[in-house]
Parts: sequence; C-alpha cells; structure tokens
Amino acid sequence: MSEPLLDVRGVETFYGNIQALHGVDLTINKGEIVTLIGANGAGKSTLLMTICGTPRARSGTIRFEGEDITNAETFTIVRRGIAQSPEGRRIFPKMTVLENLQLGAITAPEARFQDNLDAAFTLFPRLAERRTQRGGTLSGGEQQMLAIARALMSDPKLLLLDEPSLGLAPIIVRQIFDAIRTINQQRGMTVFLVEQNAFHALRLAHRGYVMVNGVITLSGSGQDLLSNPEVRAAYLEGGH
Amino acid sequence: MSGQATLKEAGLTALLSMVLALPLIGLETVEEQGGLTLDTRLLWVLLIGAAVFAGRLGLIAWRSRKTVGTSTAAARRASALGETMHGIMPWIAGAAILFAVIMPFLPFANRTVVDLATLVLIYVMLGWGLNIVVGLAGLLDLGYVAFYAIGAYSFAMLAMHADFTFWMALPFAGLFACAFGVILGFPVLRLRGDYLAIVTLGFGEMIRIILLNWYHVTGGPDGISGIPRPGLFGLEFTRNGDPAFHEFFGLEYSSMYRLMFLYYLILILALITNWVTLRLRRLPIGRAWEALREDEIASRALGLNPTAVKLSAFAIGAMFGGFAGAFFATRQGFISPESFTFIESAIILAIVVLGGMGSQVGVVIAAVIMIGLPEWFRELQEYRMLLFGAGMVVIMVLRPRGLLSKRNPTIRLHAKKAGAMR
Ligand SMILES: Nc1ncnc2c1ncn2[C@@H]1O[C@H](COP(=O)(O)OP(=O)(O)O)[C@@H](O)[C@H]1O
Ligand SMILES: [Mg+2]
Repeated sequence: MSEPLLDVRGVETFYGNIQALHGVDLTINKGEIVTLIGANGAGKSTLLMTICGTPRARSGTIRFEGEDITNAETFTIVRRGIAQSPEGRRIFPKMTVLENLQLGAITAPEARFQDNLDAAFTLFPRLAERRTQRGGTLSGGEQQMLAIARALMSDPKLLLLDEPSLGLAPIIVRQIFDAIRTINQQRGMTVFLVEQNAFHALRLAHRGYVMVNGVITLSGSGQDLLSNPEVRAAYLEGGH
Repeated sequence: MSGQATLKEAGLTALLSMVLALPLIGLETVEEQGGLTLDTRLLWVLLIGAAVFAGRLGLIAWRSRKTVGTSTAAARRASALGETMHGIMPWIAGAAILFAVIMPFLPFANRTVVDLATLVLIYVMLGWGLNIVVGLAGLLDLGYVAFYAIGAYSFAMLAMHADFTFWMALPFAGLFACAFGVILGFPVLRLRGDYLAIVTLGFGEMIRIILLNWYHVTGGPDGISGIPRPGLFGLEFTRNGDPAFHEFFGLEYSSMYRLMFLYYLILILALITNWVTLRLRRLPIGRAWEALREDEIASRALGLNPTAVKLSAFAIGAMFGGFAGAFFATRQGFISPESFTFIESAIILAIVVLGGMGSQVGVVIAAVIMIGLPEWFRELQEYRMLLFGAGMVVIMVLRPRGLLSKRNPTIRLHAKKAGAMR
C-alpha cells in the first residue's frame, strides 16, 4: 500500500504535568474519511491540536505526506495543507461571512480565491445568502457551515473537523454530514472527523478509531465498529 | 433596589465624598501678613455632599430604568442608531474633512483657534497610529509615546547635525521609530494582554530616561532647541527669509501664515495616516490584524504567523508615531523629555478607547473632546480637569465600548463581484 497521508506514531502530549495522550498510533490515507470517537475528555481535541502543532507532542512522530511535522510551527503545518475546523467553531463573530472566508483563504494563492468561494457557496448555499451578515449573528448550524467552508478556502489536502455536530439540531447535523460526504466523494478530500455522535460518524466514515483516556482502544471499518458490542454499549445504546 | 437601600447607598457615597472633600476643598490657605493661615470652607463641603447625593440617586434611577423592562427596546434603539450612523458616516467624514480644509479661512479662525486645531490634529494622528496597534491588532500598548519621542529626536538631530530639511528627515524619523518598533516588538510580542501592556509601559519610560541621561547627545533635561522650522518648497515662513513665503506671493508678512502652514501640514500627515489605515484594513494584512485580535487560536489554525502579524502592526503604528513626532519637533522648535512622559501615552490610549477601539471617526471625536475642550476652557482653571474627568465618566457610563464601537465591514457588496474586489 502507498504511503499514508497522515501518520501518527506513539504520540504523547502533556498539559504541564498532566498527560493527555498516551502513545497514540493512527493513520489516514488519501481520499478517506476517518473518524475518531470517544467520550468527553478522552483527548480527541488534543490529538487534533497536536497534529497542528499546538501543543507540541512531547514524544512520538507525526508525518504528513512522508515529512516529519512533529516540531513544525503551526502556521507552517497549515501551509502544508492541513486545515482545521476547530472545536466550538471559532469563527470571527464581528466579521462578515465573506471576511471569514477571505481569512480562510489567506494562505492560498490569490488566483484560486474565486473558485474556492464558488465551491464553498455551492456546498452551503445558505452562506451565499448571508455573505454580508456578521458571523456572530448566524445560527449555530450556519456558524458550523462557515467554519467548514473557511477551512476549505485554503485548498487543504487534509481537513480536520472537531465535533461539527456539537449542539446542533438533528436535521442540521444531517446537512453537515451530507456536505462532508459530498466534499469527500466529489473532490476526493481526505477528512479526519472527530465526533461524539458515534452513530452518524461511523456510518459516514470509511474507518474509525475509538479513544479512551488518551489511548486508542479499538479501530476498524465504520461498519465493523458500528456492530462491535463494546462500541454499541459505550457509545450507541441509549443515545440516538 | 428598595427605597431604603437606595437612600443608604446615596448617603454613604455623599459621606465619603465629604470626607475626601474636607481636606481637599474644605481648607484653603490664605496669604496674610505674617504668613499663611488656613481658612475653612465648610459650605463647599456640604454642597459637594449634596451634589454627590443627588447624583448617586440619579445614577441608581438611571440604572434601574435601564435594566427594568425597557432593556431590549433600548438595545434595539442603540443598534438602530448604530445602523443609521453607518449610513451617514461617510458623509460626516467628508463634511469633517471639508470643514478642516476651509477652517483657517473662516471668520472665527484666529491664531488661537488654528494653533489649537493643530494640537488636536497631532493627537488625531497619534490616535490613528495607535489605533492600528490597539484598535485593529488588539495589542495593548502603553508606551506609544516612545515612538513619538524617537521620531521627534531623530528629526531634531538630523536637522541640527546633518542639515536635513523637514521633508528629507521625515521619512527617516518614521523609519527609526519603525525600527525601534520591530526591535521592541520582536521579543515581547509573544506576551499577551496585561504582560504586553506592562512591558510596553516600561519601554516608554526607558526611552524617556535614556533621553534624559544621554546628555551629550540629547541634551538631557535641557532638551534640544533651535530646531529648524519647515518650509514650503524652500520658501521660509520668516520675516526676512530667503526666499520668504510672503515675498514670493507678494503678501504682507504675517506670522499667521506659518501657523496655517503647520496646520495644513499636520492635516495632510493625519489624512495620510487615515488613508493608509483604511487601505491596509482591506488588504490581507489588515484582515489578519483583526482576526488575531478576535481569536488568536483560530487565526493560527488558519495559518497566520502571530508574531509576524503583530510585529507588522506594531511597526506600522510606530512609524506613524515617528512621523507625528517629527512634526511635533518642527512645530515646537524645542523638545525635551518632558514632552514624552507616560501621561502622553495614557492620553493617546484614552483617545483610542473613548473613540471606540478601531473607529477612525471615533478617534477624531475623542481627540476633540480630550484635547480641544480642556484647552478651550482653560479660563475655568482647575475646574476644567474636574469637568474633563466627569466627561470621561459620563462617556463610559453611556457608551462603555467607546463612542463609535461598531465595526465596519471591509467589504460591502452585493452579489457576484465580491471575489473580484479582493
Ligand atoms: N488547555 C488545557 N490545559 C490543561 N488540560 C487540558 C487542556 N485542554 C484539555 N485538557 C485536558 O486534556 C484531556 C483531554 O481533553 P480534550 O482533548 O479536550 O478531550 P475531548 O476533545 O476528547 O473531549 C482532558 O482531561 C482535559 O481536561
Ligand atoms: Mg473536544
């Protein structure tokens, strides 16, 4: 098999003296949707942030397209083609939708801007209608759409999404997940999706990982994990 | 709040103010034969107590009116006001610029008025320069006066020792200030909020103390005097200049010409500052400043290099401070470290904050209020500072986020052409 797009090996991350990741191994291949599920506080966001270089991994290696990025600066990692829609969306509330998207494109070549903008508006027509509205006045679902669209504006090779379904109504969650499937199928975008909404995430993803207390405990195809009794007991039963 | 509690609070406040007023206002030193004696002014103290009591009651009433019931209506009114202000803002700005251009020719424009307007414009320019750092990039800089000082001193030295004219020295003054901005910014811009504020405060003091002690270069506390006045394409604004402005244009000599020239000079410099700021805001660099101010983590996730972005804001802000400093030096003809104390930084920062962080028009209004009014009411002596303080309190109560706190989008367009405007 060819080289993975992202290869995480034995990564350990600390906040001060508190260890959040205990040797995480994980690979993402080109064109895949890979999901990472786990309870609150498992370390999912920490892994995404470590991939982006804040905080740095204390040990282990992270390779992107075969190159070691473990100790690279965040802004250089992003410039290599990793875009993130962070936890809590973190759009710029005082700026308009269009300004938010322009900021997403700040590392991309100018000539690509119009194409990327059109693509973003095709993916989320709602944003096109609201292009002059301030980010802070959008609904939660629209803000999430904006966060994803903003990440896509940089033409990334790998899209990291941190809990895009958080706090959204089921119908909006479905729209967001449909959009993720669309960008994966139509553009071949590789997606790493962190979710607590295990059911939707595993149905969408090609492969999945389960994280408990900073350790990967299970991995497999989305279908396998969906039917795995442990996963069912911990993440699926009782919910959704 | 219950009636009794209200009365109690107002009473306590009044009591406190009377305790404070007793030594400050209640006693007066009177010069009599044989030395100083103390006179008491108890009536004044009582009056102050009564005024504070009434004022406190009024404030409580105002607050409760605001919180009870009408709060949403008030908010809606405020935001509607904001929207209207937006529509007419370009007109106000245009009218203000037009007024500024013809002002010296209006009937009321005597020497005092033009001179005061020049002073206000210096602070407008400083406010606009600091606005880049504080308002746009969100970096709390308490030592902005350092760049003003560096601009002033570098101009003075170039003019005195190297015979540079104002126009030759101006770019260097800006460049030096900018370089110092980079030198200071590089190590400290990793700091955030309060820490950055303290370090910049220290830097401002350091520069002043160096100027004070580096005697053989800066003249120490004596300062530098005899700094050349600027000319218009070589025409001098003196009675027997060679060539002299008034002779060249066949006018009677009047010292008013120089005042007017200085006024227009700072007007142009300030407008350039404003124009550059407005341009930069529309470019990726300006957008990056604002993004960093709003959310540093999100900005990093978008691939911005926070240090580089902050440094650019700091350096450009410093450059305009340097230009203003050069102008100050040539206007005064004399500079000393006295002119560059911390209070200057505080006033410039107050102008930016009162104006509503990031608002260009707000800075102008705040500069007029902060600089123009206290100078204008100089006859009122010490009371003007009292009024000044009261004015600031009133502004902060009524508009806690500054006079004009609404952010203008950098692009306002409809439909398709949005991308092409980048
Ligand atoms: N900035 C931080 N400082 C200290 N501890 C943190 C910080 N962020 C997260 N943690 C801790 O790291 C662990 C993993 O958190 P996180 O990665 O946010 O989990 P998840 O995203 O899976 O909910 C938690 O125990 C959390 O308390
Ligand atoms: Mg998380």
